[in-house]
Amino acid sequence: MSNPLRDMEKPDVIFCIGTNMTEAHPVAATRLKKAMRRGAKLIVADPRRIPLAEIADVYLPLRVGSDVALLGAMAHVIVREGLVNQQFVAERTEGIEALMEHLSTFTPEWAEEITGVPAADIEEAAILYGNAERGAVYYTLGVTEHICGVDNVQALCNLVLLTGNVGREGTGINPMRGQNNIQGAGDCGALPNNYPGFQAVTEPAHQKKFKEAWGVEVDIEKGMTKVRALERCGEKIFAMLICGENTIVSDPERDHCEEALKSLEHLVVIDVFLTETAELADVVLPAAAWGEVDGVFTNTERRPQRVRAAVPPQGEAKPDWWILSQIAKRLGFAGFEWESAKDVFNELCQVSTTYHGLDWDLVAEGKHHWPVPEKGHPGTPVLHIGEFPRGRGLFVTPSYRDPAETIDDEYPVWLTTGRRLAHYHTRTMTGRAVGTQYLVPEELVEVHPDDVESWGLEDDGMAVMTSRRGKVLVKVHATEKSPRGTVFCSFSFNDVPINALTGSGYDPITDTAELKVCPVRLEAANGDS
Amino acid sequence: MSGNTITLDGKTVEFAEGETLYDVARRHGDTVPTLCYDDRLEAFGACRLCVVEVEGSANPVASCTTTATPGMVVRTRTEALEKHRKTLMELVVSENPSGARIDPLRGMASQELAHLAVRYEADGSRFQGKQSGRSHTSDPNPMILRDYDHCISCYRCVRVCAEQEGDYAISVANRGFHTQITTEFGGFLEDSACTFCGQCVQTCPTGALGDKRSMQHQDTPGEVERTRSICPYCGVGCSVDILTKGETVVGVHPAMDGPANEGALCVKGQFGWDWVQHRDRLRTPLVRKDGKFVEATWDEALDRVAEGFAAVREKHGRHAIYAVASGRAPHESAYSVQKFIRAGFQTNQVDNCSRA
Repeated sequence: MSNPLRDMEKPDVIFCIGTNMTEAHPVAATRLKKAMRRGAKLIVADPRRIPLAEIADVYLPLRVGSDVALLGAMAHVIVREGLVNQQFVAERTEGIEALMEHLSTFTPEWAEEITGVPAADIEEAAILYGNAERGAVYYTLGVTEHICGVDNVQALCNLVLLTGNVGREGTGINPMRGQNNIQGAGDCGALPNNYPGFQAVTEPAHQKKFKEAWGVEVDIEKGMTKVRALERCGEKIFAMLICGENTIVSDPERDHCEEALKSLEHLVVIDVFLTETAELADVVLPAAAWGEVDGVFTNTERRPQRVRAAVPPQGEAKPDWWILSQIAKRLGFAGFEWESAKDVFNELCQVSTTYHGLDWDLVAEGKHHWPVPEKGHPGTPVLHIGEFPRGRGLFVTPSYRDPAETIDDEYPVWLTTGRRLAHYHTRTMTGRAVGTQYLVPEELVEVHPDDVESWGLEDDGMAVMTSRRGKVLVKVHATEKSPRGTVFCSFSFNDVPINALTGSGYDPITDTAELKVCPVRLEAANGDS
Repeated sequence: MSGNTITLDGKTVEFAEGETLYDVARRHGDTVPTLCYDDRLEAFGACRLCVVEVEGSANPVASCTTTATPGMVVRTRTEALEKHRKTLMELVVSENPSGARIDPLRGMASQELAHLAVRYEADGSRFQGKQSGRSHTSDPNPMILRDYDHCISCYRCVRVCAEQEGDYAISVANRGFHTQITTEFGGFLEDSACTFCGQCVQTCPTGALGDKRSMQHQDTPGEVERTRSICPYCGVGCSVDILTKGETVVGVHPAMDGPANEGALCVKGQFGWDWVQHRDRLRTPLVRKDGKFVEATWDEALDRVAEGFAAVREKHGRHAIYAVASGRAPHESAYSVQKFIRAGFQTNQVDNCSRA
């Protein structure tokens, strides 16, 4: 997030797109509701009538995968209505000329054709955001899990740059990170292109730095993303270490994913439960869990915070860093002689630029937002004040593209996937918690009541849902939360493996899967099919 | 001294613009009793325990709803006030089944009434008879106990649901002895707008609302200890206190001073902790032999892991080895995984689970 969570109570116009915040980030959503009680207006763009849509001032029910058209038209209206922050654009941005050339064709009427959102509503939303004193954008995977995920984010950035809603309290462009330490995993350099602190591995100065810090030669080429690695298992990749991820349930194209892992000569899984992925391993190592380990999580507002052991690990389970250090020792690798989580974290701070001013004792205060470039630095709650990392903010003009697969006679229904309040990812945790499992004990495909009738399905009846890659048997739930022609499922239940259906395409820059769009057909299940 | 000062129990003290008499008194170490007060909520002025005397005012005023103004002369502990509070406490305590001990595992604030009853030596014997609130212990949900026999109609649950959560799932029906905290149609919580965030449980000052998951451990031996940590679910990073008795996790409380959550939690963070010591946890390394997993010692398992990686490196080269770091494990996990790949095998074949 460019701005801290406490800023969520301060905007006067809030624009939520592709974020089911009351279910996926419930506590953050309570802060938005407080802003609204103070008088803030809420714009919600989402294909589904999610709880946020129910309390929105303007609701934009766009067709899945049509974000670029919607956002392009909003930019068009902001320019047309004279709502551009000219001073901000002149002083802080570049490339507006190219944007202006394209914008003329992005009319609300053009966008209505693509998105299904009435042109008047697009205009109302654009004027509301364009007039905001403090406008803040919040988004989640509904924006990024598309073949055009990068385009979607750039189209959002255009709105932010046109109106100057960044670098100030209560504004900004704010991705809500999904998992407790997904921000931290990237911060720590668990990325094929970056060392810790987002230092590019292809930059000679960084290579030199890490060569000296670790006392070994380093690779000068980027690695593969996980998506590509899974494609190349058995031909380029022959051994894999998977730590705390239930890959075959969470990732797209389940059958392919399972085949890939089975084709490895050596698969090692470190986890707290024997997950469906761990069952494929050659060796499974028991990890100490939350509540049993000391360490640091960094949240979505770039705030590193301490987690602490409250009880000893179950059985012989061990912290991940200890397990890695023991494997390293056996392979003769130097530099893994850590004795505590503190040792590991302090080493991270030494080599990272963003954490350089932190250490184990300071992080216990939990008051810094990174970057914290040196000791004594107060941290950076708001990014992009006065300047962007690249200097001027760059307008980029993405063109609308159809999703990788579109509906047709054979697969006439849009499936979109996501999270539910009661469950977390593949239920390894919430499926073993009595309360959450009680609330949502099984997967349901959410279908508009009219569609239930016209497709010959029954509420609470079973349906076969088929995509170009696979099929699942799932119980039908009639609800107006789904628009006509679009259905929803989570990927949380292994016995209704929704990711057997997904995997139509990937963003060409990030390799993020288009998990939000998958054409399917639904048929009533007869008997035991 | 001039400007923003009042006289508080004979001392001249400063106050900030907009501060209530309750805030000023508490800041100066006075323990003005309350039951309907929660820091995060709009002051309500219902329980009347926090009344104080203000010179020039005919009757005592509720300190939680009275804003300090320059020159006020305020007394928080006079004989008359304490007598009034004792009478009030006796009335309130009469709502509760006599002698009932409320286990602290019911909720964070569950001991507030009991502590005040001791302070004012109120045992409920003075006023006996009718009680308000019918218990809804038939509610089958396994998270929130609705034991309204202990309800004193302070409305903290109703207010936290509305003001803190914005959910408006519960409300107050009827008045007087017929007052009842209820859902929209008087039904079960799961059929209402309730999201099971548990905020009502944690603000209840009597334990009328209780955490059923924690209460499973009422008979687990040991004192309750608290360990400050961060919720293991989404990326908001809510601060929590993990409650333990000996080596058993017995609950989670939201941290009121957590920067990301300021006391709030959701159903997963509040009630979704029982997986930690679940019987399914992996407790020993497993090594595949003849297609089946067998339990192994750490030495056996680690040797096998290292041999496997060494063999692949030998046969296919260092770029044939790949690692996926967790987005749930702490930094020390992700850092050690990427260093293992980069410094150990001299390749950048590492990623985390953020792309799916």
